[in-house]
Amino acid sequence: MISSTIGIWNYWIVFCLMMIGLFLVIGRKNFLKKIVGLTIFQTSVFLLYITFGKIKGGTPPILNESIESIYSNPLPHVLILTAIVVGVATTALGLSLVLKINTEYGSIEEDDISAQDLVDYHDDIETGKNVDLKFKQ
Amino acid sequence: MIDILIKNLPILVVLCPLITSLFVVLIPNIFFSWVLTTLSTFLTFLFSILLYQEIQIKSHISYALGKWMPPIGIEYIIDRVAIIPIIIISGISFFATIFAYKIMPEEIEKKSISKVYSLWLLAIAGLLGLVTTGDTFNLFVFLEISSLASVALVAMGAQKDKQALVAAYNYLIIGAVGATLYVIGVGLLYGITGTLNMEDLTNRISDLNNNKALIAGFGFMIIGIMVKAAVFPLHIWLPRAYAYAPSAVSVLLAATATKASLYILARILFSVFENSEDLINNTLLYVILPLSIIAMFAGTIMAIYEKDIKRLLAHSSVAQIGYITLAFAIGTKASIAAGFIHMFNHAIIKGGLFIAITSLGFFIQKRVTINNLSGLGRAMPITFFCFVLCSLSLAGLPLTAGFISKLYLIKATISSDAIWIAILILISSALSVVYLWKMIEVMWIREGKKILIKEKPTIYISLIIITFFNIYFGLDASLVVNGSFEAAEKLIGDLK
Repeated sequence: MISSTIGIWNYWIVFCLMMIGLFLVIGRKNFLKKIVGLTIFQTSVFLLYITFGKIKGGTPPILNESIESIYSNPLPHVLILTAIVVGVATTALGLSLVLKINTEYGSIEEDDISAQDLVDYHDDIETGKNVDLKFKQ
Repeated sequence: MIDILIKNLPILVVLCPLITSLFVVLIPNIFFSWVLTTLSTFLTFLFSILLYQEIQIKSHISYALGKWMPPIGIEYIIDRVAIIPIIIISGISFFATIFAYKIMPEEIEKKSISKVYSLWLLAIAGLLGLVTTGDTFNLFVFLEISSLASVALVAMGAQKDKQALVAAYNYLIIGAVGATLYVIGVGLLYGITGTLNMEDLTNRISDLNNNKALIAGFGFMIIGIMVKAAVFPLHIWLPRAYAYAPSAVSVLLAATATKASLYILARILFSVFENSEDLINNTLLYVILPLSIIAMFAGTIMAIYEKDIKRLLAHSSVAQIGYITLAFAIGTKASIAAGFIHMFNHAIIKGGLFIAITSLGFFIQKRVTINNLSGLGRAMPITFFCFVLCSLSLAGLPLTAGFISKLYLIKATISSDAIWIAILILISSALSVVYLWKMIEVMWIREGKKILIKEKPTIYISLIIITFFNIYFGLDASLVVNGSFEAAEKLIGDLK
């Protein structure tokens, strides 16, 4: 029982990181914290892939004529390199959006922003303030 | 020369927009960057038509990327199923690019226009890659290319309305979580089968009945794709993203973005996992069918109460996606064919409606809401006429493309003894008339300023072409219907 629990130690870590990340994304109202959560969430997936590829006592997959060695699967590492690049791009785009939101709204708290949006929406649409139109010819 | 071109068509369709996107960003001039973008999208459209002809002869093209043979290397698969979304995406993006010429400089400052065109091409390349690839991990990369590019495109709407930033942010976060869920699924499947190639995966899955990791992997993949396809209740990002994006971007995204993901959904359900029938049947019956029915009504009712027209159309998109997934959920050959028919028709209908609304917005220089549409129908007769025709097509009146898809959908539900679903479809279509009539009434009957706006041919030319398609495919739908039935046959075989 104990050995099987500890034997899948890595998966426990993956599981915990995944849930922490997902909770931050869903539960936090701060836009920056959401991105932190997203990054943790993605990192847990990287660990998951690497764990798949690892074999006990496995060496790096280098061609060696002398010994017939067991080697770890290199493919998950390569896939994760790609996924890391994608993750970096996502984080960069997210952070630049947060920066822009901060300059436009003066806040990155979801509640403040939706309150501001609601006022704009009401002015624009419900009251029909803008019925006075200028036409472009 | 021609031989080489024909042989490499599957990769050219993706590479053409991808490579031009790198060059477009270097051109500072608005006009020339637009010309290059148009040229690129036109070439892509041409390639996909050539590919269509090729598929009529061969019915299945497998392209080994870099001569690395599948299943080791990355494989691009074009068959009678994949060709439908390829034609939709390349065709609509060509017309949307023509339309973008006048609209784009209105909403985006001049110095960033060439960058926007670059992102525009990148999004198209991502979507086309999504549908051509036969490798599950490659699919994830294209998923992220298309969604990151579309997020940046949506955020460009901030120069007109700052809410675009929040819309883009939500789209990014929800989309990234969806894509990561998809990768977890791929990882689990790779862990138990040791392959990433879709066809190879299908063969290896058949030995693993009721493996827990298989079921979990399938679940993760499906949920990830459903987020991207905006299947109810994972559609939260969609209305805002479409509403606050720059108008030309709304046209492109509304008509193409979800179609690619819906195709992937169909492919995973009916092709990759075709050997685990219990799993698929349960998913269709207990997950996708109820969600689709809720989506049909929720989307329509939200649209009825919405006052911002672009948001209204986005809510209506959610309902229409519901029809498509409903067709998949019934799971017979006829219904899947109906799903593909509606996928094509919805692309031309929504493309047309968004172009019409955007043209109105271009002339009134404001957000298009129900209040400031008064009397605009009389002021802009050509745009209004096309708008009405597309609306009728959406509602499903005879002689329009929308009628054909509703007809086949209802025929399919009745032939699989699900009369109550047919009735629900009819009720929801009837409800959609409410919001369409609301707009038409305001535009035509309510008194507005007496003014005749000079409409510009550069703006309405693509609207007229798309409206023409709406009518043409309503009168003679044989092309779409035959293609869709062939696709459905290819997907589920003669089994059902």
